[in-house]
Amino acid sequence: MSDELVLPLAKPIIGVSGRTGTWRLQKPTYDSSKCIKCRLCWLYCPDSVIDLNEDAASFITINYDYCKGCGICSSVCPTKAITMSPEG
Amino acid sequence: MALKTLTGNYAIATAVKLARVKVISAYPITPQTTIVEKLSEMIELGELEADMIRVESEHSALAAVYGAASGGVRSFTATSSHGLLYMHEMLWWVAGARIPIVMAVVSRTIGPPWNIWTDHSDVMDHRDTGWLITFVENNQEALDETIKLFRITEDKRVYLPGIVALDAFILSHTTEPVDVPDQSLVDAFLPPREQPYVFRAGNPLVLGNIPRDLKWNMRMREDVHKAMERAKKVIEEADHLWEKIVGRRHGGLTECYRCEDAKHFMIGVGAWVGDMKEAVDYLRDRFGLRVGLIKVRYFRPFPSEDIIKWLNNAASAVVFDRSISPSVGGPVFIEVLASLASAGVRTPVRGVIAGLAGVDVTHEDLANVMLTSISEVEELGAFKQNVLWFYGGE
Repeated sequence: MSDELVLPLAKPIIGVSGRTGTWRLQKPTYDSSKCIKCRLCWLYCPDSVIDLNEDAASFITINYDYCKGCGICSSVCPTKAITMSPEG
Repeated sequence: MALKTLTGNYAIATAVKLARVKVISAYPITPQTTIVEKLSEMIELGELEADMIRVESEHSALAAVYGAASGGVRSFTATSSHGLLYMHEMLWWVAGARIPIVMAVVSRTIGPPWNIWTDHSDVMDHRDTGWLITFVENNQEALDETIKLFRITEDKRVYLPGIVALDAFILSHTTEPVDVPDQSLVDAFLPPREQPYVFRAGNPLVLGNIPRDLKWNMRMREDVHKAMERAKKVIEEADHLWEKIVGRRHGGLTECYRCEDAKHFMIGVGAWVGDMKEAVDYLRDRFGLRVGLIKVRYFRPFPSEDIIKWLNNAASAVVFDRSISPSVGGPVFIEVLASLASAGVRTPVRGVIAGLAGVDVTHEDLANVMLTSISEVEELGAFKQNVLWFYGGE
């Protein structure tokens, strides 16, 4: 075929739209002492910026390069282990 | 080969089975329902190894087969009228994603008022989506063209989905003798499915994300246009291969009936082309008029080259449309005019709007329209009205 197919396809890569964490107005802060490892924050995060550390003392890591500060993790946390505070 | 008495809908279901379709999804709507009812029965009896996905709407039905087809399996759905309109958004997604799928549309009037009889408005409403669109004349063609459409849509030069359109009740629920080819012949005709990409676990792909450069988006649409152009050759090839293997052909993009010495042409799509053939015979045998018929088998891609070739030296042409684009004319009429204008051909063309909403049109009606039109054009050298509404005999 002479004409190459033009497709609406992309391979997902990290940070293709730049460091979206700079959009953040409210910052989530994690307190591992209150965490019960329920994984709700990890499940609900719309940007997949929460990573789980199964055996570490600090159970989750929030990637602030891409966290937009929507606060969903804080809302769903049953023990208030994640709290929101103004950025900057 | 085995001659069976099949309705148009059962002919479609038989073709889907012979094409070894793996996933079917549909939502019931008159007069399409018996296609998927029959397929469901075939699955239940173990005659067809496929999954039937039950959904809550036509939009979901096409979304479901789009997902299955993206995952790499041959998929099929069917609908009619309001169901097709409800699917409309998904038709664009499937064509834009270049995923081959075959869908049967039992063409039916759109409301209001509520109406289940044939007209072509539902199919014509999807003219610009990027789906191939073929209209069939009889139940044999319904079976043959459905199988051929799988091969055509899965050709790498095309990679677009396709609609096989058959008229409500006139074909869908009318029984005719249909020659059903042996499975071995269909297997010889239809190679294993090919498609531009397959979604697989472990190989993440993003489909339809916003492109950084909008020209890339525009190029995708140009690519659909080019693929549709390339499909013309693929359709002709499939027709010849089907003839070689099964021994039957219906024509590629068009069939020309008694055209060799024709001065005046009738043009149409769908089941009433059969009545037009009778009208041609009647006008030739009874009145000695040199009338021919261009049956447009594929509306997308549109066979402009064939239209130009046949009408280049013609005295006149009358296009019969079973749908209307208000303020302009019938969709087939519009394409015929555009084709001729692009080649500088100045043959007088009349567009007749008839048979909307299932209004009955007989071959005598069609012949009478032709008699009036031919005498008008022979007297004046042109048509008094370009778009004529015809409601049938007195």
